[in-house]
Amino acid sequence: MLKIWSMKQQQQKNEAAAGPAAKKKKVTAAQLRVQKDLSELALPQTMKTVFPNPDDILNFTLHLTPDEGLYKSGSFSFTFAISQNFPHEPPKVKCQQKIYHPNIDLEGNICLNILREDWKPVLNLNAVVVGLQFLFLEPNASDPLNKEAAADLQGDRDRFKRNVRSSMQGGSVKGESFDKVVK
Amino acid sequence: MAAEVAAQPVNGTATGSRARWKHMDTLLSRPGAYTDEDDFAPGSVPIGNIEQSRILVIGAGGLGCEILKNLALSGFKHIDVIDMDTIDFLFREKDVGKAKASVAAEFVMKRCPGCVITPYAGKIQDKDEDYYMQFNLVICGLDSIEARRWINATLVGMVDMENPDSLKPLIDGGTEGFKGQSRVIFPTMTSCIECQLDMHAPRAAVPLCTLATIPRQPQHCIEWAHIIKWEEERKDLVLDTDDPEHITWLYQKALGRAKEFKIEGVTYSMTQGVVKNIIPAIASTNAIVAASCCNEAFKIVTSAASFLGTPGENNYMLYTGDASIYTYTFEHQKKDDCPVCGNLPKDLFVNPESTLGELVEGLAERPEAQLKKPNLRTEEKTLYYSSPASLEESTRPNLKRKISEMLADGEEFAVSDPAFEINFRFIARYA
Ligand SMILES: [Zn+2]
Repeated sequence: MLKIWSMKQQQQKNEAAAGPAAKKKKVTAAQLRVQKDLSELALPQTMKTVFPNPDDILNFTLHLTPDEGLYKSGSFSFTFAISQNFPHEPPKVKCQQKIYHPNIDLEGNICLNILREDWKPVLNLNAVVVGLQFLFLEPNASDPLNKEAAADLQGDRDRFKRNVRSSMQGGSVKGESFDKVVK
Repeated sequence: MAAEVAAQPVNGTATGSRARWKHMDTLLSRPGAYTDEDDFAPGSVPIGNIEQSRILVIGAGGLGCEILKNLALSGFKHIDVIDMDTIDFLFREKDVGKAKASVAAEFVMKRCPGCVITPYAGKIQDKDEDYYMQFNLVICGLDSIEARRWINATLVGMVDMENPDSLKPLIDGGTEGFKGQSRVIFPTMTSCIECQLDMHAPRAAVPLCTLATIPRQPQHCIEWAHIIKWEEERKDLVLDTDDPEHITWLYQKALGRAKEFKIEGVTYSMTQGVVKNIIPAIASTNAIVAASCCNEAFKIVTSAASFLGTPGENNYMLYTGDASIYTYTFEHQKKDDCPVCGNLPKDLFVNPESTLGELVEGLAERPEAQLKKPNLRTEEKTLYYSSPASLEESTRPNLKRKISEMLADGEEFAVSDPAFEINFRFIARYA
C-alpha cells in the first residue's frame, strides 16, 4: 500500500492540488446525471415541467398538450420518479389521468419500450420525453395495455377516433368512464 | 523456517500462538520471485498486517459468507460484516428470522477461534465516513448494484491527500449463475464501479404489454401480479418483499392468472425469486470468486505478491463457467467523464458576501468552463438551473442571494452545461 500511496501522490502532482475532502454530502451520481439531462432537455411548446420541490430534481411532473393528432388539445401529465440507481434503472413514469389509450392502462401504466425492456444507461430524459410525445401522435395497436382501445384502433379507426374524443371530454367508453382532459 | 519466524515474535496476536498459520508465516517470512523489494519487508511486518488489519465485508449472502470464511482462515483477525437482510430460507431452521450478518459472524467465529467478527444488521447507508475510515480494506460480496455504487462513491469521496489512510482499496466480487467477476479499485486512482457500470447489463425485462395481454411464462404471471395487479388493488400498501403475506397475495394472483392462460409452474418460491429478483446462485461460482477476492486482499495487505488493480495494470478478472471455462483478466480504463471519479472536485475560492449570480458569471469566464446555460446544485439544494424553464423561474431569485446563504464553506457543488460532455465539481472554500 505504501507504493500505491506514492503513486497517488505522484498522480496528484500532475493534477491540480486539492485540499481536504468536501464537508457535508456530495452530489450523487444520479443527481449529477439528471442535472446533465435537464441541461440538455429540449422541450417543444407542447410540453413543460413542474417541480413540486425545486430542490428535488428526481421527482417532477411533465405536462403534455399535443397540438396535432388524435389527442390534440388534451392536457396530460406524467409523474417522473427517478431512483438513486439512475441511469442503471429507467425513470418510473406514470400518466396521472385515466385515459383511453391503447398503450396506457387505466392505472396510468405506460407501455413504452425504452421505459422497460429497451432501457439503456446511455438513454437520457430527452429520449423518454420524445417517446411519450410519440405515443400520443402514433398510438400503437400492436403493444396493447388497454386491449379494448387497441382492438378499436385496429378494427375501426373512426370508432377509435370517436372514443378518444368522447373519453377526453370525460365521457364513458364501453361502460368505463374517463377523466376530462380538455377545457 | 519456523524457527526464523519464532525469532521475530509478532506482538499483539489475539491467540498468542501462530502454529495454525505456520505455512503462511513461512511464505511471509522470505522474499519470493514475485515480491516487490520496495514494498515487502519479510517477517513481522506482513504478518502483523494480516493480524491487525481491519477488513469490512459488505454482504453476508452466499458470496459474503464465503468471503468471511476465507478471510478468517487466511489469518485475518478483525473483520466487520454488514448485511441488511434477515434469513428467510437456505440457512438452518433455527436461524430463520435472524439477521444474516449476525448468524454468519457467529458461525465463522466458532470455526476460527481468535478471529473477531463484528456484525451490523442494517444498511451501508446508515454509516458515515468516520465508520468507513476505520477499515484498511473493503470487500463487497453483494448482488445489488445500487449498494455497490453507493460504497464506491463514498470511498472515492473520502480520499484526502493529507491522509494516506483515507485511500481504501475496494475489492468487489459478484456472481450470476455460472458467471462471476472480481475486481480491485483504488478509489480516485483506477477505474471505479461507476466507470464500469457498462459491465452490468440492466435487468432483462419483459414488455409491459406482454405481461398485460399475452403472458407466456409463469414468470410473466408473477410480474403481472407484482407490477400491475398490486397497483390496482393494493395501491396504498407499500410492497414489502420480506412480508410472507405480501408474497402469498402475489402468488395467489399469479396462480389465478396462470390458470386463465393455461400456464403451469407458478410456485411460492418462484414468486419470491421473481419479486426479489433473485438470480440463482451457484455455490461453486461463489467459492471461486470469493477465493479470488480474498487472495487479492491477502496480497494487498501483505504486499507478498503483485495484486490486481495496481494503477496502469489489470484490475478486472472475469470468470465464465457456463461455456466450458473461460477467464480473462484485463485493465478496465478509468473514464474521464465518470460522474464519480472522472473529474474530482476542485477547490474554488468564493467570497461568502458575494452573490450566487456573481459566482455563476465568474464560472462562465473560467477558461476551462465557458458555460452557456449552466445548471448548478449541491446534494441538498438546486442553486440555479438555466434549463428547464420552470426550474429557471423558481431558482432565478437565488442569483441575488449571498453565497453564505446558499453554500457552506467546504460544501461540494456540481455544474453541468450542455456545451460540455462532463460535469464540473467544485468545493466552495470561503476566502
Ligand atoms: Zn469512475
